[in-house]
Amino acid sequence: MTSDLAVREVASPKNSRARRSKFVSYLVLTLGAIVVLFPLYMAIVSSLLTPVQIGQQPPLFYPPSPQWRNYGDAFIGGHLSTYLWNSVLQTVEIVVGSVLTSLLAAFSFATFEFPLKKVLWALMLATLLIPFEVTIVTNYQTISSTHLLGSMWALTVPFMGSAIGIFLLRQAFLAIPGEIREATILDGCGPMRYFWRVAIPLVRPQLAAFTVIAVLGAWNQYLWPLLLTSNDEAHRTLQIGLKTLNSGTFEGYGVVLAGAMIASVPMLILMVVFNRQLVRSLTGGAIK
Amino acid sequence: MTTVRQRRSETVLALCLIAPALVLLTVFLLYPFFKNFTLFLYHAPPYPGLPSKWAGFSQFFDTISSTSFLEGLTATAIYTVLVVPIGVFLGLVLSVAAHQKLKGMAIYRTIFATTAVSSVAVAAIVFGTFMNPVLGLLPWLGIDTNPTILQNPTWAIFAMAIIGLWQFIGLSFILFSAGLQSLPEEVLEAAKLDGASPAKAFFTVTIPLLSPTIFYVFTVGVIAAMFTFGQMDLLIGPGAASAVHVNTLAYQIYQYVVTQPNPGVAACISIALFILTAIVTLANFRFLERRVNYDV
Repeated sequence: MTSDLAVREVASPKNSRARRSKFVSYLVLTLGAIVVLFPLYMAIVSSLLTPVQIGQQPPLFYPPSPQWRNYGDAFIGGHLSTYLWNSVLQTVEIVVGSVLTSLLAAFSFATFEFPLKKVLWALMLATLLIPFEVTIVTNYQTISSTHLLGSMWALTVPFMGSAIGIFLLRQAFLAIPGEIREATILDGCGPMRYFWRVAIPLVRPQLAAFTVIAVLGAWNQYLWPLLLTSNDEAHRTLQIGLKTLNSGTFEGYGVVLAGAMIASVPMLILMVVFNRQLVRSLTGGAIK
Repeated sequence: MTTVRQRRSETVLALCLIAPALVLLTVFLLYPFFKNFTLFLYHAPPYPGLPSKWAGFSQFFDTISSTSFLEGLTATAIYTVLVVPIGVFLGLVLSVAAHQKLKGMAIYRTIFATTAVSSVAVAAIVFGTFMNPVLGLLPWLGIDTNPTILQNPTWAIFAMAIIGLWQFIGLSFILFSAGLQSLPEEVLEAAKLDGASPAKAFFTVTIPLLSPTIFYVFTVGVIAAMFTFGQMDLLIGPGAASAVHVNTLAYQIYQYVVTQPNPGVAACISIALFILTAIVTLANFRFLERRVNYDV
């Protein structure tokens, strides 16, 4: 009884403090969440309103009669079905290309000794410092001078090499214990067989992390598709499609917002499903 | 044991595996980057097809002392100052608040991460709609929308910054959360047991321990901010951007490639912008070495 009291006496100020800090945390987080989500919430609501309802005063905070036809109009009238397909194609090409070239190069740097290895590695790392924005003058000329222009490849080939991918995957290959490689050599397993059968399965977590960030980067690209597809409707991606949809306001803002929602849903799903991989690749080992 | 022939075939294989990535990175990053340093020496011909005229360094100095460049520099700087410090601070506060084993934390984490996966086009459309005078929200809040925010030379840059800030909070939150998870739990616990108030523990323990992450997030934010132009392009456009003081340097590069092609000037701005980012990155690293607490 006495000991019980003593415990309570010691515990109560701490408890109230802990409860207060818990309360403050929830308060901060809830306020933050409201601020972050409010624009998205209003966008979703407005994407389901008629043009008249959108202009209404005071504004509507819920759709009284959800206008799902805005989504249909965005798809058909706004050509979003074409753009969506282009974005899917663009993303698949960039991701498959950059994952493949990065896997091969990373494996090579991690596994073999060869002349000029240090120089080539330094060259790879140097490209990490070059922002794509400062290369567009010449890249635009390069692509314009090839027959790639006017095809999806013009949008994707420039991004099929990734220094970040090589960097992340090389770390992963280096982390494989040397005994595993030696054991496979004793078994008479050649380097490429080792690569496909042993090494790739072992780096799967890092491979997944890089794939997720590659998908995100490709899908959300703005500058390069803007350069190439502003006047090329057949290859226009979703992000640029949003711009054209927005500037041709005859469709109504509900339709434009419906388009924006269509463009963001795939990445939101990706984020929810692959949150761990996303965080891993965004931090990329840079955080101590 | 390995014979010379084996070694040689291994070298060939190693180089073949590197080749695809190396060729792509060389053609689409290294070559165009260094090409800037020859392009910037030539005036664009008055008509396409005519030979370019040698300009020497004068074109570079003319460009970076021109009014439009200085306006672009100012817009870029104001935008960066508006977005990065607030974004770093909010990301830090939210991640510290979420760094507890409490119910519902996973939901909050997901909510904050949503902005990091939203594209600039989506963010611009979502916010641009509310800045539109035709729609009800701003007039209802009592904000005068004539001229609209996007046509207002004073406020347009703030509108651009809110969009950038919204996007940056998510990334800032994710990076800080990862940084917090890598901190030694005992130290934070010890501060609590010593009776430090949450606020005191935050300033005397969490922030110093987190300083490498803070500088990393800061650098990432500044570099991203310096290359911003998406919301300017989508909501304002190349013609009006200069009139409302949001014609950032990255946007000017785009304009000199497409809307008024001039490879020489585009290369000059590219070089200047690259030098600026390099300075920021190096300055951050120097600062990081001197001031940041790495002894964990």
